[in-house]
Amino acid sequence: MEIAQNILLTIATAATPLLIAAMGELVVERSGVLNLGVEGMMVIGAVCGFAAAALTGSPWIGILAAIIAGALLSLLFAVLTLSLATNQVATGLSLTLLGIGLSGMIGEGFVGSPGVRLANIHIPGLADIPLVGRLLFGQDPIFYMSIALTAGVMWFLFRTRTGLTLRSVGDNHKSAHALGISVLGYRYAAVLFGGACAGLAGAHLSLVYTPQWVENMTAGRGWIALALVVFASWRPWRVLGGAYLFGAVTIGQLHAQALGFGIPSQLLSSLPYLATIVVLVIISGNRRLTVMNTPASLGQPFVPDR
Amino acid sequence: MTDAEATTAAPQTLLQVEGITKVFGTLKANDGVDFDIVPGEIHALLGENGAGKSTLVKMLFGSLQPDGGVIKWRGQPVAIVNPMQARALGIGMVFQHFSLFDSLTVAENIALSLDDDIPIRTIAAKAQALSYSYGLPLDPFSMVGDLSVGERQRIEIIRCLLQTPDLIILDEPTSVLTPQEADKLFETLERLRDEGKSILYISHRLEEVKRMCDRATVLRHGKVVAHCNPREETASSLASMMVGTEIHQVVREASQGGPGESLIEIRNLSRPAATPFAMPLRDISLTVRAGEVIGIAGVAGNGQGEFFEAVSGEVLQDAAGSVRLRGKDVGRMGISRRRLTGTAFVPEERLGHGAAPAMALSENLLLSRYRTDQSAFLGPLGTIRSGAVEAASKRVIEEMDVRKSAEDPEAASLSGGNLQKFIIGRELDRQPAIMVVNQPTWGVDAGAAARIRQALIELARSGSAVLVISQDLDELFEISDAIAVMHNGAMSKPVPIAEATYESIGLLMGGSEPGHVAHDEKEVV
Repeated sequence: MEIAQNILLTIATAATPLLIAAMGELVVERSGVLNLGVEGMMVIGAVCGFAAAALTGSPWIGILAAIIAGALLSLLFAVLTLSLATNQVATGLSLTLLGIGLSGMIGEGFVGSPGVRLANIHIPGLADIPLVGRLLFGQDPIFYMSIALTAGVMWFLFRTRTGLTLRSVGDNHKSAHALGISVLGYRYAAVLFGGACAGLAGAHLSLVYTPQWVENMTAGRGWIALALVVFASWRPWRVLGGAYLFGAVTIGQLHAQALGFGIPSQLLSSLPYLATIVVLVIISGNRRLTVMNTPASLGQPFVPDR
Repeated sequence: MTDAEATTAAPQTLLQVEGITKVFGTLKANDGVDFDIVPGEIHALLGENGAGKSTLVKMLFGSLQPDGGVIKWRGQPVAIVNPMQARALGIGMVFQHFSLFDSLTVAENIALSLDDDIPIRTIAAKAQALSYSYGLPLDPFSMVGDLSVGERQRIEIIRCLLQTPDLIILDEPTSVLTPQEADKLFETLERLRDEGKSILYISHRLEEVKRMCDRATVLRHGKVVAHCNPREETASSLASMMVGTEIHQVVREASQGGPGESLIEIRNLSRPAATPFAMPLRDISLTVRAGEVIGIAGVAGNGQGEFFEAVSGEVLQDAAGSVRLRGKDVGRMGISRRRLTGTAFVPEERLGHGAAPAMALSENLLLSRYRTDQSAFLGPLGTIRSGAVEAASKRVIEEMDVRKSAEDPEAASLSGGNLQKFIIGRELDRQPAIMVVNQPTWGVDAGAAARIRQALIELARSGSAVLVISQDLDELFEISDAIAVMHNGAMSKPVPIAEATYESIGLLMGGSEPGHVAHDEKEVV
């Protein structure tokens, strides 16, 4: 019982940063912007979160710093791609390179220094329920944020007028502009939200997952988050499923490695990536549904005529 | 007549425009435009493509800001800074290029243009009630991407009416409708006028303006050239106001001799829909003989684009025999190999499809002809003989009277009409045995259009087979020997021009041929 609960807990911990980063990117892409800089914003969030927490001793200030840092980096992306209409793919790639380089520089003095761990929430009584107690009532605060974020994004996109407007901007920015919707305004807001989410995801890595700073500690999770969004056909609940599938296979293969099945460890390590992509490709087989949900103006720069 | 009309304007002028000017770079799109609209009138805004009509209405709707001049609403000067404000004043707009969102429902599309946050359910119910009361039925929960062009226009109109505007601007509303759908629209507009609403009606179709509009303002090169009462004018007097000169009439002599050899043979051509919003092709058969022009009519989005792609080889067929050009099965061949049979293709989209925008005209000429004229244009090692290419390009430019700003300008720098003349001329210069053209004169000014149409007729009379796909019925009646109609991915039998009437072709476009109706019903079930 205890082992099962521990495995479920590690799965949730592995899935949380992916879920947060992917949910932010989903909103960005629904507005028609492709930001390939998730990895860079995440790693900046990780280092700034760690540094702020280490300097002040408060993990909460760390989280705040990570969110601000991620949003600031995405603001740079927004100014370049939205106001100056640069190529989104190239700008996003350079943002990742910039983020990785910058994080190495900021984090230089923090390598090996002791981290501050964000304490788990523990609701007495409820958290002691067997099997699901700690899973539901005894996890770190960022886990609860990730679940609230998912529910919030679903509600926002499909139940609110502002969410409808955001989707319309991603579907056809020319029509939206003709109706008097501020295309660039919505896109700026979406990109900043995406940056903040990526920053928070980074903070989860350096304050909860492994409370220390290691250069490049995101290890490609930003790219996985990007892939999740596309293969989930831009639908939030599928992103949630994909993130947890990835988390589950990651933890599963670690246990398999420990048990030593005689399968090369490289193969096992690649399993989470393979499994997630295969499953999502299979469920995105319904082309009509995919086209319906694909933001049709994704990646296209918008320049209003004056 | 300018002054007479202006001063007799009713005292309670709804909208008055004084000296509006808009400059894009060096181009004066609007230059001191004056006109006014009174309550309860249908006012036509006439002009050629590029005369500045769309620019003017975008300023009235707040999408663009004027560089000079005054707009008065009910006598008060106003600055309309965005569409929200225009709607708040009581100005509604039905766009020429619909501003709709394919992946959203009808109700969601309508919600987006309303400024208050009203629940979708309420909007759906209101829209449905209003659409039925005007005889424009709409299902508020269908996905826009699945709807026909006519239905999409209904959404635009209903969305506009829901805001209860006093002035409704319609930008070329009938260019995408069948004659019957257009009649329905006219009824709606006349009813709105009787309810006291004003309508600003933008068009270059003179007959409908004469039929429906109370007053007209004519624009040419951004300036008002006339205010008039269209009912007192003739179509040709209105046309000469728009164009400034008399337009050359297209001459179509009857084809001589008996039926020629079959050059294009299409047999049971079918194709599944490529995307959820595309149209499948359903068992199309058609023959075009040497010496004749066959026109393909149809409302946009009924499979004409898919048909052109299948004939030109942009999309290959499964059966090689489904397309035969000059007796050769080409269904499995790509574009270049189809061209080598002596066929020329002109696609609908000029920039990006018919021509590479950033490349010079001579380079664009080479791009479509390097295989067919390999010996003339390419050296032994595949090097380009620039001299020969440039000479050919010059020949085309002279032959088609292409107006350009530089010696060998890039394609994007030409106006739509001039670029289209070049693209058609580039293919005619090969003297093709078969010519397939999609929308030959879309967005082309009347003078250039007449020239292109004449050239197509002459090519057919010299013994080639010409297949023209067009949404412009007037054009097809002018040049075709027979007209076939596409509806819902299927094609009717060609109707010889002597037997064709606007009404009969219009009914086919609406899908009411017996065969078509049966087809539709099967679809619904």
